[in-house]
Amino acid sequence: MDAIILQVLNGLDKGSAYALIALGLTLIFGTLGVVNFAHGALFMLGAFCAVTMQRILSASYTVIDETKTDFLGNPQKVDVPYVEGWFGPDIGTAIVDWSVPLAILFAIPVMLLIGYIMERGLIKHFYKRPHADQILVTFGLAIVLQELIKYFYGANPIPTPAPEVFRGSFDFGLLLGFAENTIIYPYWRMIYFVFSLVIIGAVFGFLQFTTFGMVVRAGMADRETVGLLGINIDRKFTIMFGIAAAVAGLAGVMYTPINSPNYHMGMDFLVLSFVVVVVGGMGSLPGAVLAGFMLGILEAFASMNWIKDIVPGIDQIIIYLVAILILLTRPRGLMGRKGVMEE
Amino acid sequence: MSKTTLTRRGLLKSGIATGAGLAVPTIFTGAAWAASHSGFTNAPGDSEVVLGFNVPQTGPYADEGADELRAYELAVEHLNGGGDGGMLSTFSSKTLDGTGILGRKVKFVTGDTQTKSDAARASAKSMIEKDGAIMITGGSSSGVAVAVQGLCQEAGIMFMAGLTHSNDTTGKDKKANGFRHFFNAYQSAAALGPVLKALYGDDRKAYHLTADYTWGWTQEESMVAFTEDIGWETVNTVLTPLSATDFSSYIAPVLNSGADVLILNHYGGNMVNSLTNAVQFGLREKMVNGKQFEIVVPLYSELMARGAGQNIKGIPGSQNWDWKLENEKGARYVGTNAFVQSFGEKYGFPPSQAAQTCYAQTLLYADAVARAGSFNPCAVVEALEGFEFDGLGNGPTLYRADDHQCFKDVVVVRGKENPENEFDLVEIVEVTPSEKVTYAPDNEMFAGGNLGECNPGA
Repeated sequence: MDAIILQVLNGLDKGSAYALIALGLTLIFGTLGVVNFAHGALFMLGAFCAVTMQRILSASYTVIDETKTDFLGNPQKVDVPYVEGWFGPDIGTAIVDWSVPLAILFAIPVMLLIGYIMERGLIKHFYKRPHADQILVTFGLAIVLQELIKYFYGANPIPTPAPEVFRGSFDFGLLLGFAENTIIYPYWRMIYFVFSLVIIGAVFGFLQFTTFGMVVRAGMADRETVGLLGINIDRKFTIMFGIAAAVAGLAGVMYTPINSPNYHMGMDFLVLSFVVVVVGGMGSLPGAVLAGFMLGILEAFASMNWIKDIVPGIDQIIIYLVAILILLTRPRGLMGRKGVMEE
Repeated sequence: MSKTTLTRRGLLKSGIATGAGLAVPTIFTGAAWAASHSGFTNAPGDSEVVLGFNVPQTGPYADEGADELRAYELAVEHLNGGGDGGMLSTFSSKTLDGTGILGRKVKFVTGDTQTKSDAARASAKSMIEKDGAIMITGGSSSGVAVAVQGLCQEAGIMFMAGLTHSNDTTGKDKKANGFRHFFNAYQSAAALGPVLKALYGDDRKAYHLTADYTWGWTQEESMVAFTEDIGWETVNTVLTPLSATDFSSYIAPVLNSGADVLILNHYGGNMVNSLTNAVQFGLREKMVNGKQFEIVVPLYSELMARGAGQNIKGIPGSQNWDWKLENEKGARYVGTNAFVQSFGEKYGFPPSQAAQTCYAQTLLYADAVARAGSFNPCAVVEALEGFEFDGLGNGPTLYRADDHQCFKDVVVVRGKENPENEFDLVEIVEVTPSEKVTYAPDNEMFAGGNLGECNPGA
């Protein structure tokens, strides 16, 4: 029982990442009709916003410590972060320690801007082109973005830890009446799950309860009619692209303490996120979220040793197996709408 | 520029050449090699010789590949008489004098392995066929090393392996034209066993997470053998896909398995992520069976340790070499400081173990050619087999003729608790002498392979 609870928890945080990326993908597909293979790269760019924030806050000046020598026997150069100089060692260290949460504030405008530039500079030229063209150009863009990141940040994972106060883990077992240390779950993964729920709720709330959201939903249903009413729906969809980029970026920022970011992390999530979108139903926002969490939990269960003993390698293919089953029984996915990608 | 294609006529020629070579007593062959600079693939002209450096320039090991490339460039500079000469001055063999190799200026071409076997073979083939490389070296993965070694054997080219740690490289997949300076999984485990016993006692239960490819399998097999040898029980061994990024689902079962040690047979990004996940799940704070839970990473890499950040603190593992070796363990490891000085002056940071093994391999190849008096691969193989040397930073070393594996001391390290700078990531716990990590050529973990005959190609 404890193992099952633990895998449900594991699935929830993995599912959170899938759901957030799939949500952004669906927003873009539902509004602009673009199959955006660069969406994983936006997740990765968000993660590197956290890395950049950490580097900005850690920006240092060098002092020479004559009492020590470096590896070549020269006097040791010691880097002192500017924030420590300005605010004192305690506050300075605390600011650097909180670089990931602070990166959220940095990532939102940066990702909105990146999304805007991406849509205006490239994607808009492919609205009326076949999906194959859109896939090719966005996939190419993803490769360019990840190579740029590799050029500036290197290929190795870059440690981006959570603030000290969130680095431990919580003993769920005690809470549920199990023995000590039976069900341990890291604080940051809990935060990630809650954060994803907040973001998902905010996106749904924005679309459901604001005038802007109402127009966008109307545009998603019938773009032409909304345009005929004198509303500049293209502009609104461009803003939605920026919002989708920001959602992916925030998912990336908050993911960095879970796994050290590297330039390839977007690609690792991209294919799975597309499967999530297809299983959830193309263009369906609730479907994307539901499928994200469902497939995350299934993947976690398939990694259990006794299941792998029965079906070796099942953890690698479970998501695709389930996708096949669902598409065979419900060709439009779990919550797909009629007419989307069916022409 | 010459082009290599395996034709029936070429095969017959090679067969005749090999047969004739075998028929001649060894004592005569050294002189015979010296007289001949033709009759083998990519025989160089009189003015220059081309070496092929096949390293990951893109992909997940690109940073490690970049460090390897730096070392190769430094070695070429030193072979051609540039810079401060690095380890040429400390190398026990004194045939290299800074005038290139056999009087020919050393040039090099590079290939990108992408850490993929097919891409690595394609780039090696291109360097052999289009650029006329006489020797291929490099790699940051055993899968790649085994693939390229096989290609070089077929083409009649020398392969001086870079960073490859699987037992198979000089075990079941060994080849006559291939040589490995880097240590292997067996040697890591042999060195770690006694240290782990001293650190954590002989009553432990180990759980293995293992990367699902050639290196992971042999690393796990070696660690299981040596930890059981010191009295530990193996609770479970679980293979993890190489593509895995989040190991939480694999870590979770460890919590309730009764194990009190987690052995991560992972390297590179896998290692960074699995270790990070294990620490996040509080394994290191956990008490199991009345003991503190411990984590072991058998193969360390400084570059990866940097990626793991604070999580690496206190974690034991093994290395082929460390840049602090001579300062901390004395003159036995002469060459280390010369190399660190030379590399550090040029690039501004100390070299990794991958850089050191690549630099050493380049010098060892050049020296073997010089001693043999020929670039003919069969002459070079003969010069390297059973070669004993010193002064390249690892202490006295033997290139064993039976399997073309180097036997030298192994460095057991631990993540440093209070690093003084960004390069000071590990502390040396112990250096295990060569004789403690030496095994018989017919050891079962290396069974199934056959060196075969050297192939001069052409």
